Amino acid sequence: MVPRINSMNTVTKANTVTSKNTVTTEKEAFAGSPTIQTATPTEISQEQFALEILNLDSWYGDFQALHGVTIKIPRNQVTAFIGPSGCGKSTLLRWCNRMNDTIAIARASGTLRMGDTDLLSKSIDVVDLRRRVGIVFQKANPFPKSIFDNVAFGPRLHMKANRSELADLVEWSLRKAALWDEVKDRLNKPALGLSGGQQQRLCIARAIAVGPEVLLMDEPCSALDPASTLAIEDLMDELRTQYTIVIVTHNMQQASRCSDKTAFFFEGKVVEYGPTDRIFTNPENKQTEDYVSGRFG
Amino acid sequence: MPESSSQSNSDQRSTPELRGRAGRMLTEKWFSYLCVATATSSVAVLCWLLYSILSHGLPALSWTLLSNPPEPDPEQAGVRPAFFGTVWVCAMCGLMTLPIGIATAILLEEFPPKSKLGGWVYGLIQLNISNLAGVPSVVYGILGLTAFVSMFGLFERDQDSQSSGFELGVTYYNQFFSEGDRAILIPVENVDDKLSVVSEGMEAYTFARDADGATIVDYSKLVPTEINVITYDDPYPEDPAVLENTLFADAEAGRVSQKSWYYFQVPFGRGVLAGAMTLMLVILPVIIISSQEALRAVPSSLRAGALGLGATPWQVVRTVTLPAAIPGIMTGAILAMSRAIGETAPILIIAGIVYIRNAPQHLMDDFTVMPLQIYNWTSRPQEAFHDIAAGGIIILLAILLSFNAIAVLIRQKMQKPLS
Amino acid sequence: MNTPESTADLNDRVRSILAADRRSLRGVRIREIGVYAVLVLCGVFSLLITIAIVGVLLTETLNFFRSDEVTLSNFLGSGQWTPLLGSTKSFGIWALISGTMLVTVIAMAIALPLGLITAVYLSEYAPRKVRAVLKPVLEVLAGVPTVVYGFFALVTITPFLQWLHGGFNVFNATSGGIAVGILCLPTVCSLAEDALQAVPSSLRDGAYGLGGTRFDATVKVILPAALSGIISAFLLAIARAIGETMIVAIACGSRPQVTGDPRDEIQTMTGFMVQMAGGDVSNFGIEYYSMYAVAFTLFMITLSLTMIGNVVRRRYREAYE
Repeated sequence: MVPRINSMNTVTKANTVTSKNTVTTEKEAFAGSPTIQTATPTEISQEQFALEILNLDSWYGDFQALHGVTIKIPRNQVTAFIGPSGCGKSTLLRWCNRMNDTIAIARASGTLRMGDTDLLSKSIDVVDLRRRVGIVFQKANPFPKSIFDNVAFGPRLHMKANRSELADLVEWSLRKAALWDEVKDRLNKPALGLSGGQQQRLCIARAIAVGPEVLLMDEPCSALDPASTLAIEDLMDELRTQYTIVIVTHNMQQASRCSDKTAFFFEGKVVEYGPTDRIFTNPENKQTEDYVSGRFG
Repeated sequence: MPESSSQSNSDQRSTPELRGRAGRMLTEKWFSYLCVATATSSVAVLCWLLYSILSHGLPALSWTLLSNPPEPDPEQAGVRPAFFGTVWVCAMCGLMTLPIGIATAILLEEFPPKSKLGGWVYGLIQLNISNLAGVPSVVYGILGLTAFVSMFGLFERDQDSQSSGFELGVTYYNQFFSEGDRAILIPVENVDDKLSVVSEGMEAYTFARDADGATIVDYSKLVPTEINVITYDDPYPEDPAVLENTLFADAEAGRVSQKSWYYFQVPFGRGVLAGAMTLMLVILPVIIISSQEALRAVPSSLRAGALGLGATPWQVVRTVTLPAAIPGIMTGAILAMSRAIGETAPILIIAGIVYIRNAPQHLMDDFTVMPLQIYNWTSRPQEAFHDIAAGGIIILLAILLSFNAIAVLIRQKMQKPLS
Repeated sequence: MNTPESTADLNDRVRSILAADRRSLRGVRIREIGVYAVLVLCGVFSLLITIAIVGVLLTETLNFFRSDEVTLSNFLGSGQWTPLLGSTKSFGIWALISGTMLVTVIAMAIALPLGLITAVYLSEYAPRKVRAVLKPVLEVLAGVPTVVYGFFALVTITPFLQWLHGGFNVFNATSGGIAVGILCLPTVCSLAEDALQAVPSSLRDGAYGLGGTRFDATVKVILPAALSGIISAFLLAIARAIGETMIVAIACGSRPQVTGDPRDEIQTMTGFMVQMAGGDVSNFGIEYYSMYAVAFTLFMITLSLTMIGNVVRRRYREAYE
């Protein structure tokens, strides 16, 4: 019971911030970020980290996918995980809301904290965790239902909202996902009739509708055309003010365009983690430099 | 003959030197001829089968065949009780099998085992299901005979007793014929009592009469009556109205029973419920396997999407997986039901060959089904019965064909793209 | 479009919705456990069926052997099956097994080659239009109730056989065997086709790439690669033929004897069970229990064939996945 009450408080707090930020202009939101970026990790109080990952190891059966990963993911920023295929970045992302629980042979040790909650503990309520940490997958996966029902899916599970409240929530989420104007006249049409990019934005709206604090995105644009990719990137830019976003991407331009911080993964280890500007312009590590300059990977 | 030509093919292949183009092409040609001939033969067999049935059965097909009970005279015989028997048994069977079968499929596909032991149990269940699918249906009949009909003999009382272990919804009467030739029914308090003592003032009933004074033989419309008990010393009444209610004190009674629609007994006896449960054993593996396939066809990205939104495993099943898999599950279920409709051997073991004139009235009622009636007629030596058997086959095939058509329709209309 | 003025109200409302009390997780959790328990019960039910089959057959078979009139050596060593002859009862299961084997051999002589060739044709040769006809035909053949095949065997195949050759009895093993073969053909065909389809197309391309004809590719590459799947199809079909009941009960007669003559009347294990169920034998006599002994024998034979078949099939699936 205790973690649940705790989580509710956090949600409320997060949303108070949210509503304030909704009316702030983009300029103000941007004004906030550089101060954090320039600060060194020690100067940031613990409250500002959405997720703290300390010395995390992970295995699939006998294969060790992550080796002692340590990353502190700051609140209300976009953090990008980059690296070649199979380097463990998706694995880490999937631990953050325990999607790895669906894989029988996956296990992890180390620390993965969200505030005071230990995300790896056996006793943690994964259902509650997944309300707080939403996820968007590589391939858009709308349910074979109407657009409205897709967005209302999460709220119907978790909230006691009535019809009009649901309708408000759906509209708000679709507006947030910059999809409202395109679909407001066909909310009852099947979601599978939307284009690939629209489907992916619908999935983002669906994730937002439950009011998460953190939004995980697992290569959300890898199956999309450039125009849809641009739309999603614009969207992330808007959402960063209210959500902590973690994005896994293969696309280095994308990481450099939309993220505040970047972690470079290689063979299950974090090679380098720091402000995106520095990783891309002045990496400390040779491997990072080779990767971001396109010499391998 | 197919065998001889494939023999010559293999002779050609074994020659060691390089074969000429012509030889290879010849082999290729002959082999494809063989293939076409084989494939054609299965079509030909189907046509032959249909011709045989239609030529025997079409002349026998009539309204009489549909509406009459299986009279001893082939001209008058019909399949009505068998048709209703099939409807009862298969409906009950479907009602019991679908929930259990779908639940098992959901367990195996949607709730992955959490421990080594769990994984082992799942593997055992899965192996067991595929092996159960290969058990001959007649063996299920034997199992049903022991487990449902007689319930392992656990409720066996003395052989003469008419009652079974437990009964509900039945009234037993001692039936007398009065001196005025009227049936007098006296309710029996203790079923095991064999003595039939009559005395005046006993609760007694008789059959009602319609406006013309004819007796209505219907146990649900009995009317109470007063009985007049006499001994041989008493003067014999003259009045026909009195005679109608007059019984000698030592009158002999026959035991009759009136069973209501909810009549229930344990053990089940050779009734509809035992038949349906036996058929359930036969088609359960079929339904589980087809439901599993339907669930497996749902893309796992949908499950991940719902899980990622904080749905519990059951919520994922209820809101996403099951709705998406329902058309596939229904298709499989209908095909399994058509198998149940055509299944004969287990029902034969359960119901035996009995002469049934009426549709079943309750779940414990004796019954027969379409295929069993067909078997009954086919195994008689007279040609005329073979013809009505063929007529019955046409009706049975028509039912099966419409079932399959529904399955195809569902497959085509309801199957939406899932991703 | 997303101006603060137009969305301010909405934002306020949504904020309060999101901040409101959520659904209690405790109820969800309890329901989850309840549902899981029900599902597990249903899953265990199928295990119970197997346990019940084995238990019932085993205990009643033991009852059968406990009788003074039966000995195990008579059961397993004799070819005389005369349970209904009052004074000279003999329970030699070989009479029934030989009948079953005769029917099965005849059925498989038809179903295996025809089914395999049809599968090869469907998988490697058949044009789309032919497939569109052949597949439904096979599905219909598979869906026809066995009692219909029994009728067909007795009323059509037997007179045809008698026309070909006068020596055929009215009830004979051949006509039942042919009908069982037709019944098993779709089974062989669809399982074998699955096995052929499971062969990776790279192997196929390889064979064609080396200049092989379609026949070469099929016989030398694809069939050997699919061999375990085909064997499993054969085993499952044999199990099905052995367990087939109504056809043999109708067309093969009811005289248990060890014979190799396909024109003669025989009785199979399943045929005997039907005879017992259809007749009015007392429920507790030795002949009633003999039905369980026969059922147990039948169950053990078909179960071992099915299990081997499933193991082999799993093997080839693993090989290519």
